[in-house]
Amino acid sequence: MRSTVVGALAACAVGLGAFALPLVTGGTGSGEGTGHGASSSAAKSASARQAAAGTCDPTASLRPSGGSEGSGPGVDRIKKRGKLVVGVDQNSYLWGYRDPGTGRIEGFDIDLVRAIANDILGSPDKVTYKTVPTDQRIPAIRNGTVDMVVRTMTITCERLDQVAFSTVYFEAGQQLLAPKDSAVTGFDDSLSGKRVCVAKGSTNEALLAKDSHGSKAVLVPNQLDCLVRVQLGEADAVLTDNALAAGQAAQDPSMHLVGKKLTDEPYGVAMKKGDDGLVRRVNKVLEDYRSGGGRSPWMRSFDKWLGHDLDKPSAPPSAKYKD
Amino acid sequence: MGGPTAVLPAPGPQAPAGPPGAAGPPRSPRPPRRPAYQDGLDRFKDAATTEPGRLRIIGAALVVLVLVFGAMTAWQVMDRASSARDVVERSQPLTANAADIYRYLADADATAASGFLAGGQEPKRIRDRYNDDIRRASGLLAEAAANSEGSGTGRRQIAQLNRDLPVYTGLVASARANNRQGLPLGGAYLRYASEKMRTRLLPAAEKLYTAESDRLAADYDAAEALPWAATGLGVVALGGLLWAQRRMFRRTKRVFNVGLLGATAALATVLVWLVVGHTLARGGLTESNDHGAKSLQVLSEARITALKARGDEGLTLVARGSGAVYEETYKADMRQLSSGGSDLRDGALLERALLLADDTSGSGPVNLAIGDVRTWKSVHAQARRSDDSGSYDEAVAYVIGGKDRDGKPVRQPTATVFDALDRNLSLAARQEQAEFEKAANDGRDALGGLAVGAGVLAVLASAAVVLGIGRRLSEYR
Repeated sequence: MRSTVVGALAACAVGLGAFALPLVTGGTGSGEGTGHGASSSAAKSASARQAAAGTCDPTASLRPSGGSEGSGPGVDRIKKRGKLVVGVDQNSYLWGYRDPGTGRIEGFDIDLVRAIANDILGSPDKVTYKTVPTDQRIPAIRNGTVDMVVRTMTITCERLDQVAFSTVYFEAGQQLLAPKDSAVTGFDDSLSGKRVCVAKGSTNEALLAKDSHGSKAVLVPNQLDCLVRVQLGEADAVLTDNALAAGQAAQDPSMHLVGKKLTDEPYGVAMKKGDDGLVRRVNKVLEDYRSGGGRSPWMRSFDKWLGHDLDKPSAPPSAKYKD
Repeated sequence: MGGPTAVLPAPGPQAPAGPPGAAGPPRSPRPPRRPAYQDGLDRFKDAATTEPGRLRIIGAALVVLVLVFGAMTAWQVMDRASSARDVVERSQPLTANAADIYRYLADADATAASGFLAGGQEPKRIRDRYNDDIRRASGLLAEAAANSEGSGTGRRQIAQLNRDLPVYTGLVASARANNRQGLPLGGAYLRYASEKMRTRLLPAAEKLYTAESDRLAADYDAAEALPWAATGLGVVALGGLLWAQRRMFRRTKRVFNVGLLGATAALATVLVWLVVGHTLARGGLTESNDHGAKSLQVLSEARITALKARGDEGLTLVARGSGAVYEETYKADMRQLSSGGSDLRDGALLERALLLADDTSGSGPVNLAIGDVRTWKSVHAQARRSDDSGSYDEAVAYVIGGKDRDGKPVRQPTATVFDALDRNLSLAARQEQAEFEKAANDGRDALGGLAVGAGVLAVLASAAVVLGIGRRLSEYR
């Protein structure tokens, strides 16, 4: 079991998600780490129980289809509108962020959005980006404000009750981030007496509360605030998803990821529950996106945004289907 | 006195000029250990038995009474006048300074957010405004520090502000540097800076303001306190003079004693002057408080609330999608600012300012400001709609100016509306400041010359008493 956790990004074997989930402390992990965890502990145990009982495999999605099955009211609505309305983040560096210089939203999530728009509407630019806060991602999908959410969103069993997910497009996990000259070497006793910054209400906070290793938690509203605290000497290390930690490290070259990946947080594209046609269509886009080996669009996007700060996986996460 | 305790007590050598009648040779076995007042009392008793003696006593008592009244009047009036001067020259300006410190800090916060929204290349106009805010705030802080001798609270707040202001500007500088590099970290720094501003600097500035306005209220109270002691003494002295004249009239059948009559006139003049002068001063001060100081307080609160709302509006966009908290406080600020002018009695700041404004030159700018708030709310709603529908750039354009999604320049961004609002409020504040100064100075002028006048008239009155009594005494020779 331990080895699967250690496997980090390289270990993207089929079924890993289902296997690893009981280990995952925060099944409901909001990818961003700013997750509003009001109901997270209850939900966490529920999803963990479900997963343990084998009734829910969060990472399994619907089989892709570009043809008649890959259409339906959801796809028609987008085509009729001529715009894909996507809920994104503007604050997660390298994932979805607005470049203050150009005013454009860019990142790994955004590349995927453009690929989906290109497939459905024939142009990567026919997108309306809506910024949704972490706690508004599910309501925005359910009330139709957005067609989909591509926003470092972890697939969980609890969320699958409310929305539908595509296949996994990224395997993230919680990891520690510390200054390069720091004595912190991992999620272990090197944390003793240190101040570890976590976003309030996040799965990171829960993990740290469970196993503090003698550290003291510094709570902030947003994961990026942690980098500010470290730079100002008000915290010694940051615990967040490695995907976002990479974004922080990219903004401050003196920071680096330390230790092992502690949990698994599979990211997926969230869509309206029951909109099977759209889910299949997006899964089809993801199939194309992942294929092509080292030259696949996925790999190129990874290199562009994340290659500097994260270990490069041998391949994109594999798709898993339930039907 | 208190001579050394000698074994053999010596006879009191300090018998004054006129020794009492029966002062026999010192009897050594029983030394006359009579205290000095006993001698005086005896003399007094002797004097009281003869009419000239009585007259002397009455004259002396009247002189003392008149002089004490004069001194008390001069002292109490000087005290009121100095409190009134404190109101005008110290506590009101310091209260206004404290409000300005708060305002410049809040303005810096709002301006930093605007500059941030403008992108990596902050417009010079915005940068200058931010620098100006910081410069003025620290200048006023130095001024307040030099003038806050009495108040411990005030000094503590000033110390805290002096400590935290450089921290704040450092955070804003980091925010700028990161923003220039295109890093979202800049936004995080700006939010942290703003948090410091809202949780440390602004509360300290608010406490400083409260301390200063408490002092203003205390100075008002001291200046308006009725001079009971002086008035009471005046009435007693006047009564004494009238009684002495009535007594003289009964005994001598002389209707007028010019000296005593003159003294009475002088005393009555001082008393009337005191009552009328202080009533006028009080009236002026009360008016300056009700129509000037109170209006100014409400108006500066309104300016500050508008600034907070402006800051929140900017931060909603700076937060990029997680700004719901700022939007909520923006809404609360706007509700506090104005209810739209429909009901003046609902306690919103601008409506209260309208109630306090007593003429059209005061209410005019306030009415305009209420209109500005209405416009602001509607443009803000447009900005929110743009942001919510994914047109972030258009939302920013509605807030700081720029082009809408069709490439047309936004005609009236909230920046313009806010500036107009602030201008109108500042106009109204200037108006109220002028009214305050006029009323308060009128009040101060009402006390002008009274202290000196009371002193001079009291001396004249006592001289007249001496003359009047002396004239009667001379008739016994």
